[in-house]
Amino acid sequence: MNTNKANRFLGHLPVHVIIVTLCLLWLLPAFGLLVTSFRPFQDISDTGWWTVLSAPKGTADYDASCAACHGNDGKLITAADLTDPELVGRYPRSLQLMAMLRKEIDGKPHMADLPAPEAQQAADIASYLRRISNIENPPRFTTSNYVDALVGYRGTTTYAKDCAAGAQSLDLKCNASDLLNPRGMSRAFLNTLAVSLPATLLPILFAAFAAYAFSWMHFRGRMALFAVLVGLQIVPLQMTLVPISRIYAQLGLNGTFLGVWLFHTGFGLPYAIYLMRNFLGALPQDLFESVYLDGASHWTAFYRLALPLAMPAIASLAIFQFLWVWNDLLVALVFLGGKNPVLTYQISNMVTSLGGGWHLLTAAAFISMLLPMIVFFGLQRFFVRGLLAGSVKG
Amino acid sequence: MSSVDDRVPKIMKQGRVAPWLYVTPALIVMSFFIVYPMISTVLLSFRNADSTLPASAACVAGQPCWGIFENYRYALTSSIMLTAFRNNLLWILLMVSGTVAMGLLIAVLADRVRYEKTAKAIIFLPMAISFVGAGVIWKFMYDYGSGKIQIGLLNAILKTVEAPAVSWLTQPGINILALIVVGIWMWTGFCMTILAAALKGVPTEILEAARVDGATEWRVFWRIILPVIMPTIAVVITTMIINVLKIFDIVYVMTGGNYGTEVIANRMYLEMYSSFQSGRATAIAIVLIVVIIPAMIYNIRRFQEQEAMR
Repeated sequence: MNTNKANRFLGHLPVHVIIVTLCLLWLLPAFGLLVTSFRPFQDISDTGWWTVLSAPKGTADYDASCAACHGNDGKLITAADLTDPELVGRYPRSLQLMAMLRKEIDGKPHMADLPAPEAQQAADIASYLRRISNIENPPRFTTSNYVDALVGYRGTTTYAKDCAAGAQSLDLKCNASDLLNPRGMSRAFLNTLAVSLPATLLPILFAAFAAYAFSWMHFRGRMALFAVLVGLQIVPLQMTLVPISRIYAQLGLNGTFLGVWLFHTGFGLPYAIYLMRNFLGALPQDLFESVYLDGASHWTAFYRLALPLAMPAIASLAIFQFLWVWNDLLVALVFLGGKNPVLTYQISNMVTSLGGGWHLLTAAAFISMLLPMIVFFGLQRFFVRGLLAGSVKG
Repeated sequence: MSSVDDRVPKIMKQGRVAPWLYVTPALIVMSFFIVYPMISTVLLSFRNADSTLPASAACVAGQPCWGIFENYRYALTSSIMLTAFRNNLLWILLMVSGTVAMGLLIAVLADRVRYEKTAKAIIFLPMAISFVGAGVIWKFMYDYGSGKIQIGLLNAILKTVEAPAVSWLTQPGINILALIVVGIWMWTGFCMTILAAALKGVPTEILEAARVDGATEWRVFWRIILPVIMPTIAVVITTMIINVLKIFDIVYVMTGGNYGTEVIANRMYLEMYSSFQSGRATAIAIVLIVVIIPAMIYNIRRFQEQEAMR
């Protein structure tokens, strides 16, 4: 029995290897970004994220060049205690450190018979000494990237440090109001929420009414009209941007939330009506017959019967539409731009303007992914269903 | 579709106005945001940059001119658009085959392991995030340090085997592949999920019978599973072609269409919002929809066939 099991496992081994490898490959890029977003910015540009758990920079060089005399903790020679910030502070750069290493101490060469380190090694040793002497000892992990990204800090240190020194830039007040800084991700988060919620609810509302009529009401040209509406799904977004942004310019709707809500509503409707009608139309006929016999009006049948029963479809639709709007860049770029920047807009701006600002960018990216991830893990079933049904969306 | 009409109980008749009360709000919004702009886009594509004159006004004497179709000359023959067409074609070839093949592989294999759900969730996860977020994730993977330090994983790996670092996003030829990899990473989960649903629909009796008769798994896959799910694969392929034709965000965020990575949708955006050439932009939009329509029609037909079978 046991050998049987083992055999079966071995037979399946290639399958396990392939699946696990692919899963790891899939997670790796996002994991690297996640780790990076929690590293202090000094480290991010110095070392790859995969080194985060290895010994700090310069450890190996210190061990090779210094540890023999100064000891592993740097305290062995009391006259030259390397953990003393005052002493280490005299050698802030590799240049001063190398000069010191070439000097003679008590008539003997400082390094004795050890080879003197090269410039790069000396620099690494200097940074190692600053670390053990606590002059500059950034923690391995920090949340300051997230704080900086949320308030829209763009300085050279961190928001907390600048505020403590009173050296913050003019647009920051160092209190809770910074969370509303137009450059910050927290403001962008709120803007995105303000865009996404109505842009999800409005099309569903309109679609529910229309889908009910298409399913359970008689009127002339019903099926033809429905076919046309479904056909509108094929129109790509790009087709409509130019004329709409011109009208918006005349109406003063460019840069307003209302404009984006309406646009997403218009564009979400064909698919929403299609999905809702398929669902409502498939409900049992007797149900509607009986409530109608009981004297219910269409409004009651819609409100009391169809809507509650359609909840699974509405949930799928809502999640699909919500994530669609949340993750959208093009519509936000065209109709909102920098006036009410949303997360995707803000990040794409940071990508092009911040050359090396990985600490802000990584944190910002994760802030934008937070809600989709929660929705994804919490409501995966609905999400997948909505996405499958929506795969023809234009 | 007429069958649905018969399903409405006869006693549920109502006045003439009531249905329109339910339908009109949606109709108005859709007419304004889809139907009207569609017509307007067609008209604008025959006008000049700021739509004040016919497109032929942009013609320069002694140079090729298509008269009123001048914008289409640009959309179909300009070198940047030819690059975009070539790139979109490359995207279609590689990304569609990549996502479908990977999706199928994972769907088939994950069926046999106990952690199927977890594995599928992991592959599907990128679908939940934005192209912009994915762009940042991968830009970091592709990071190119000009100095000794490589903080991008790919170049760090190259460094350990002492190969020279590659500037993944600016080196023509490589950069398109680098972008397509991001697309595959994002969309494989989508293909996988649809294909997995189709796989569950393959009748188990047939599979069992074939296995009892001694068919290898390989043969079972090629002779039974694949033919059964072929219609679904066709739908997935067309859906992916449509998605790839409209690809915009990845390119916009990662390269901005520079270094030979231009695609149709990005060009359309740039013509409109950085060159202010609305005639050209709308002509490109028309070209885009003309390319997409056959795939769309095919897809909707297939969906309706499937609905009808149910």
